Amino acid sequence: MTRARNRELLALIPVALLLTAGFAAVFAQENAKLGNLSLTYGAYFLAVCLATHIYLRIRLPHADPYLFPLMALLTAFGLVMIYRIDEGLARNQANWFVFGLVLFALTIQFLREYEVLERYRYIIATAGILLLLAPRLPGIGEQVNGAYLGVKLGPISFQPSEFAKLAIVVFLASYLREHREVLIVGARRVLGVTLPPLKHFGPMLVVWGASMLLLVFIRDLGTSLMFFAAFLALLYVATGRFSFVVIGMILFLLGSWFIVATVPHVHERVEIWLHPYAEAESSGYQILQSMFAQADGGLFGKGFGQALIHAPGHPRTIMLPAAETDTIYPLVVNELGLFGACGLIATYLLITARGFKTALLANDGFSKLLATGLTAVFAVQVFVIIGGVTRVIPLTGVTLPFVSYGGSSIVANFVLLALLLLVSNRARREAEEGATSDGRGEPLGAPA
Amino acid sequence: MNRQIIKLFTFILVLFAVLVGFTAWWSVVDAKELKASKWNHRPLYEQQQIPRGRILADDGSVIAKSVPEGHGVNRTYVRHYPLGELFGHPIGYSFIEVAQSEFEKYHNEELTGEESEFGTILDQLSGTKQEGEQIVTSLDPKAQEVAMNALAAAGHGAVVAIEPSTGAVKVMASSPGYNPNSIPNANEFEKLNSQAEEANQPLVNRAAQGLYPPGSTFKVVTAAAGLESGVITPETTINAPGSIIDEGHELANDYNQNWGSISLDTALTNSVNTWFGQLGQKVGQDRLFTMMEKFGFGARPPIDLPEEEVLPSGVWDLETGKLLGRHDPVDLARVAIGQERLLVTPLQDAMVAAAVANRGKLMKPQIWSRVVNADGSVTKRMKPSVYSEPLSAKTAAELTTAMEGVVREGTGTNAAIPGVPVAGKTGTAETPSNKACGGGAEENQGWFIGFAPANHPKIAIAATVECTTQFGNDVAAPIFREVAQTILAGE
Repeated sequence: MTRARNRELLALIPVALLLTAGFAAVFAQENAKLGNLSLTYGAYFLAVCLATHIYLRIRLPHADPYLFPLMALLTAFGLVMIYRIDEGLARNQANWFVFGLVLFALTIQFLREYEVLERYRYIIATAGILLLLAPRLPGIGEQVNGAYLGVKLGPISFQPSEFAKLAIVVFLASYLREHREVLIVGARRVLGVTLPPLKHFGPMLVVWGASMLLLVFIRDLGTSLMFFAAFLALLYVATGRFSFVVIGMILFLLGSWFIVATVPHVHERVEIWLHPYAEAESSGYQILQSMFAQADGGLFGKGFGQALIHAPGHPRTIMLPAAETDTIYPLVVNELGLFGACGLIATYLLITARGFKTALLANDGFSKLLATGLTAVFAVQVFVIIGGVTRVIPLTGVTLPFVSYGGSSIVANFVLLALLLLVSNRARREAEEGATSDGRGEPLGAPA
Repeated sequence: MNRQIIKLFTFILVLFAVLVGFTAWWSVVDAKELKASKWNHRPLYEQQQIPRGRILADDGSVIAKSVPEGHGVNRTYVRHYPLGELFGHPIGYSFIEVAQSEFEKYHNEELTGEESEFGTILDQLSGTKQEGEQIVTSLDPKAQEVAMNALAAAGHGAVVAIEPSTGAVKVMASSPGYNPNSIPNANEFEKLNSQAEEANQPLVNRAAQGLYPPGSTFKVVTAAAGLESGVITPETTINAPGSIIDEGHELANDYNQNWGSISLDTALTNSVNTWFGQLGQKVGQDRLFTMMEKFGFGARPPIDLPEEEVLPSGVWDLETGKLLGRHDPVDLARVAIGQERLLVTPLQDAMVAAAVANRGKLMKPQIWSRVVNADGSVTKRMKPSVYSEPLSAKTAAELTTAMEGVVREGTGTNAAIPGVPVAGKTGTAETPSNKACGGGAEENQGWFIGFAPANHPKIAIAATVECTTQFGNDVAAPIFREVAQTILAGE
């Protein structure tokens, strides 16, 4: 059991080294001389990670050893990139990182028996929906680029959709855990297509309607897609019925097609995606600059700190709009090239793999679905934002988890990590106990 | 549920693979097109951050250099031209906010150090900052200055001086010039481009873009076609009356002088129109155009200047803006004496002189001489190459003899250099109501082409002056002499 934690500890060393090297590279670029500040930053980061690691050693000794180092790696990478854009932002981000870790620890402390979440699932669902709609509330809502994703409460502004995604996943995992049997058994074949039982079709339609409403209200295709994809992923894993997914996709496509045609802002986003050169100097500027920045990177990139964010000598001419949030990925491609980008995507893939591994090992339905849902929503978020800046799908205002600048994002994702580690700790402990004490070789919940 | 989880993971694997695929598309596969997009200002800004290589004259004096401005990420380099107006042509300018022109534009890749893709990748791996290479030209600042001053005194015009054996361009002067350092100043730039400057056109390199009627300098080409085709030998005589009727128009000698039966030497020395008009008719359009093409007419001269800033010479149909070919109807006798719609750039005329001087071999004219990298080692050297061989050595020698007569005792005596045999040909084309000259009726285009020393040519020069009331011998031959003397003195 401590073997897992030892592995975690070992894995943290390269993370701290990377952070130190990254800062060193940025310093070297900016000051043409290497101060020991980069070492100081690396040391701070390592200290915070070590503290977290010791906490995990005590509280979750069995949990997956790779998830935390992988996410720390992304955070370290993000800090270097943001530092390179703006020193002040990086300091904020570092504070949010520490705050995220505090919330991470609190989640682990108070949600050890995470199935209590099931008891409050409707409260959680309501909270989630309220969070999503909050940006439309007068007085606190904030509109950014036509989409309603932010909330401003006094001095603090945050992106509630980051937290809502956790609430929705918890609710769906719990709801589907309870209803999956009926959804499977009650299914009818109509014209060769397996349809869910009518009685349960209702709640599914409600979820569909909710994401459509979401699209209309917050006008953000990416967020809507992220939620609906998480729902379909969970529905598929819970029922094993691919036809449900297909029906869901068709419904989503029809719905979003209608909304794209009728809601101007959403329509514009799709137009920019299809024809970025039509408004190259205005609405298409961001996506075009994002592509140009990537073209500039090539295979190996220009090196840390070398990309053009502002026009040299013209600090007000922005070459890469929202470089610290939306377009941080093009910045990565610009500075580290295709190889660096592949490394980043591979890191996300490893996290996804560890998340699903956790789901595979989990013994009860809720744990399985919770781990699956959290991992899926994380992976889809990565796809939505990277897909947006690489023109796979329309560009929307979703953050790149752990790398983009943004307090809400980093804090919410650390809570997501805490939940995954909670599920993992229990699953691996039970697996170890099962393997050693009562000799039951077959893990629970394996048959679908 | 585990089976579905694995399938879901596979699906996400595919999604991520799509992301990698699209990233590869933008960053590598489609990168070249994206960099070329007119909406993409990155390449320009990036070039501004590269210390562009210097451009040097053949004596090592600095024609263009980059001066750093600002610090850190904001450090940019701005082009500075220490010699000011002297090499405004043919070096041109390179300013991010405005544009690039001429030599600076043509050699952009070397000057920014971007010439080899492989080198760039190596630099990326090793973290070396991109740095431009410097180019040493064959331009001779002393001779260029002599040419610029002489042109400024004479009016508008151009001088091109080429080393016949290599094609190395020693002088390329165009007057009026401009100071490239003033280009970034928006007011100055606007002024240089303004309507008021329409006649002066200081930004146009007349040496490569100025199309002028060549007048009698073209008789060298006609004579070459006659000798090379065997239609005449140096001894062949043609009766040259005071005037002949050609295509219904009278073609006359100066002062209608009747020369009787004379051979090439006398005809060229005295620039007898009726003699060369008849020779042109005897040679025929096909053979004359073939000879023109061998000298480089009908194509952009193969010089290291941007394509759009070099014009081809030939018989121009000004209404369609097209060059006429060997099958188009032209008044051949008038073409043979450099009239009709024949228009020639000073560069092309210098190439004619250079080909005769180099025993009939025309070398590719080139301004650059070698590329030197940041460490000071030569990475590329201009290798003289033959563009064409319009004449046999024998024909070239015969033509040289005739051209020596022009300077010794004929129409071009002002080109004579004491103690040095000079071969050449004058030209005086009437350009009445030329807009550039203010539309006066008495305006001429004065020319002189030639080379020296005639027995061992070191330099071939074309000099031309616009809007003069004088003859080529009065305005252009002295410029030839001064420039040639300066270059020969420096040898």
